[in-house]
Amino acid sequence: MSLLHYLVLSPFILAIFIPFLYKWFRNVHTGWFILPLPVILFGYLLTFVTTGQGMEVVEETVPWVPSLGINFTVYLDGLSLLFALLITGIGALVVLYSIFYIANKKDEPLNNFYVYLLMFMGAMLGVVLTDNLIVIYVFWELTSLASSLLIAYWFHKEKSRYGAQKSMLITVSGGFAMLAGFSLLYVITGTFSIQGIIEQSAQVIASPLAVPAMLLVLAGAFTKSAQFPFHIWLPDAMEAPTPVSAYLHSATMVKAGIYLVARFTPVFGGMPEWFWIVSAAGIITLTWGSISAVRQKDLKAILAFSTVSQLGLIMTLLGLGSAALYFDVANEGQYYTFAVMAAVFHLINHATFKGGLFMAVGIIDHETGTRDIRKLGGLMSVMPITFTISLIGLASMAGLPPFNGFLSKEMFFTGVLDATELPIFNMQTVGLMFPVLAWIASIFTFLYCLIMLMKTFFGKYQPEKLEKEAHEAPIGMLISPIILISLVVIIGFFPNILAYTIIEPVMNSILPGFTFEPNIYHWHGLNTEIFMTVGVILFGSLIFMNLNRWQETYFFLRERDPLNQVYDKGLDGLITGAQGITNIQMTGLLRDYFAYMSVFMVGALMFTMFWFDAFTFDVNFGMMGSITPYAVIIIVLLAVVSLALPFIQHRVSAIAVLGVVGFLIALLFVNFRAPDLALTQLLVETVMVVLFLLCFYFLPELKRGDFKPKFRWLNLVISISVGLTVSLIGISALSLSQTDGYESISMYFIENTYELTGGKNMVNMILDDFRALDTILEVLVLGIAALGVVALIKLRFKGGEDV
Amino acid sequence: MLYTLANIALVIMAISIAILFIRVIIGPTLSDRVVALDTIGINLIGFIGIIMLIQNTLMYAEVILVIAILAFVGSIALAKFIEGGVVIDRGDR
Repeated sequence: MSLLHYLVLSPFILAIFIPFLYKWFRNVHTGWFILPLPVILFGYLLTFVTTGQGMEVVEETVPWVPSLGINFTVYLDGLSLLFALLITGIGALVVLYSIFYIANKKDEPLNNFYVYLLMFMGAMLGVVLTDNLIVIYVFWELTSLASSLLIAYWFHKEKSRYGAQKSMLITVSGGFAMLAGFSLLYVITGTFSIQGIIEQSAQVIASPLAVPAMLLVLAGAFTKSAQFPFHIWLPDAMEAPTPVSAYLHSATMVKAGIYLVARFTPVFGGMPEWFWIVSAAGIITLTWGSISAVRQKDLKAILAFSTVSQLGLIMTLLGLGSAALYFDVANEGQYYTFAVMAAVFHLINHATFKGGLFMAVGIIDHETGTRDIRKLGGLMSVMPITFTISLIGLASMAGLPPFNGFLSKEMFFTGVLDATELPIFNMQTVGLMFPVLAWIASIFTFLYCLIMLMKTFFGKYQPEKLEKEAHEAPIGMLISPIILISLVVIIGFFPNILAYTIIEPVMNSILPGFTFEPNIYHWHGLNTEIFMTVGVILFGSLIFMNLNRWQETYFFLRERDPLNQVYDKGLDGLITGAQGITNIQMTGLLRDYFAYMSVFMVGALMFTMFWFDAFTFDVNFGMMGSITPYAVIIIVLLAVVSLALPFIQHRVSAIAVLGVVGFLIALLFVNFRAPDLALTQLLVETVMVVLFLLCFYFLPELKRGDFKPKFRWLNLVISISVGLTVSLIGISALSLSQTDGYESISMYFIENTYELTGGKNMVNMILDDFRALDTILEVLVLGIAALGVVALIKLRFKGGEDV
Repeated sequence: MLYTLANIALVIMAISIAILFIRVIIGPTLSDRVVALDTIGINLIGFIGIIMLIQNTLMYAEVILVIAILAFVGSIALAKFIEGGVVIDRGDR
């Protein structure tokens, strides 16, 4: 166990102590105990940041299930480090923010909150810092679980539970698909280590299992990162407390899918399917998310769809950048690595401004009591600091200079424009959709940023619609967003502080073997990108000015994503469908279950017989004894009696006839020289008849009377087919056993009964000497049956009692 | 000679069982059926006796005894059932 292992496990260890700290130090806000941990972790992780080329990769292994190749391997390279820094850094800020956000110590179960939050933090660190696929999957599911727990933090609210269930179902299904994908990768490469798989990436791509494995892994990544059409859980996850939304649903968890895609880019990057699926899903998500965000009236819902859209942007860039791996020659490939750099840069930027915006929205919610943009307005003078934070955050999100969003947006435009020049995958024609869609999405992004800003802070102040008198937040709540927003500004003005420290190592992990020029400039000259940005601002403002006219249209009024209907109907349909199927088959009638069993038995046996062509009627009668005339009469009689049984109308008669059948069978035993069997058969048959009569006597009054078996054609068919099947199998077994040439082992018993046991009755000697174990157990069966009968008769439960 | 005769006797007895069985099925009252069953039992005794002759063995002597006892016990039980509806009385009645 190295320090890095403890780094991953420390949140879990601290989580164990949270309930005690909460109980013993009631007058201290529990959050203060948490705060040092992410700060220390962040500080420790910062020591791994190096300038220049040499980001040293750290790899430490602790065996977990070594026999299955599952090891708790911590692998820290540029990509992991970036995510770990985001998780711990924003984690620390979120904890600080939550201390002031959930200030009411008495009413809120703070211990739950911080246990879940620490669980999430540890799980997330585990996802990004481990190298073993199974370990990643374990932590991945833990993030889903912690996320659901946090969404349903106010579990008394119906919508929280709905959101938690939805996010759980969607992300866990994706996670499960991912596990299947990981298993396929293991099948292809024979290792669970990601680095091991990257080394064998050529072999992976060549494998026929590559596309299924890729699709399954992407299913996990897309559900987690809220890509179209799996994004529907994210807006409903906004029922969580705002610190949770800021942490999980903007900065960290939803980027787990991005992390996974980036991590697997060296494996699948060269495949056209990967390029197309990742980029297309990204660009669709980007457009759809930005259009949906415009329709929202709730600030957090706008931010949720905006997160969806920005995640789509990052995903698109990762997809487009994977084209670099398609070329073997590093020369031309380098050209496309730019998209990956844009993705990484925007990933950092998005985490900063989105975290800050969520916190600002939380402040507005906290201080006014509402998040509805129709009720808010004119808060600029009331909440100046929050306004400044929001202004910078929104400007950055909209992609305005001089903030970091502008830089990444310009790089995004460059990336999509470059993509149209790719000489592969028909990009020169179909690829034109990328810049067009990206541009449209940017207009809508600008629009919803403008809506958020104008509707919240400008316009008329409406105190009568607010639940509280609005005022500026306490300073403690403002610290975290101020830090994040100052990062937005700092990165905006000095983007190159990140270039060699963070971005270059990350690029080295995503696209190993390439060299980069990670320089980010504000001014590229008068190129297409700058005109696109100008167009975005122009068109966005134009739409905003005409917004009053558009607001009344159906498109704007409908807030909920239509895909939710698919989910809701699907879930309902699943439940009703499952119930329907259960109701159809589970009738509660033993008769039906018996029919199922018989039909299945006949079907399975007949199919097997046909499949192996096992029907033979080639019985050698010469090998059997002679058939005597009286035996024929007895057998005919037996058949007639058995056939007559179902038609007997009177129960006592039926019992008597059944007795006759037993006697005739005893007679057959005699005929075939089995005296012991005949004796036992007679005794048992008599007892049976007596027992049947006993049952007949105890039949309830109402139904006593004549016994009229209902006649059903289906029953007739089933019973005849059962009889036919068994007869055919018997005949073919007999004829096959006559030809297979094996002797029966009975000669051994005949020769050795007297020598070995001293008895002359061979049947009895087999029963209690050669094969005595069976006899013992059958005695046991009889004992159990007797005890069961006694228990059934003696122990009677009154109504309501349970065994 | 003996073998042929024994076989003929067996066939006759089997036919007799068949006729008795018809009585068991159509017998208008339960009593008819009980008497028929009892007679089937007696027929079985004879049947098995002749089979012992044919197979030249003494192994079935117990079977014959058991059938005799069971036919008696069975007839008594059924008779009691017809009379009182109960086969085994309770101690206090």
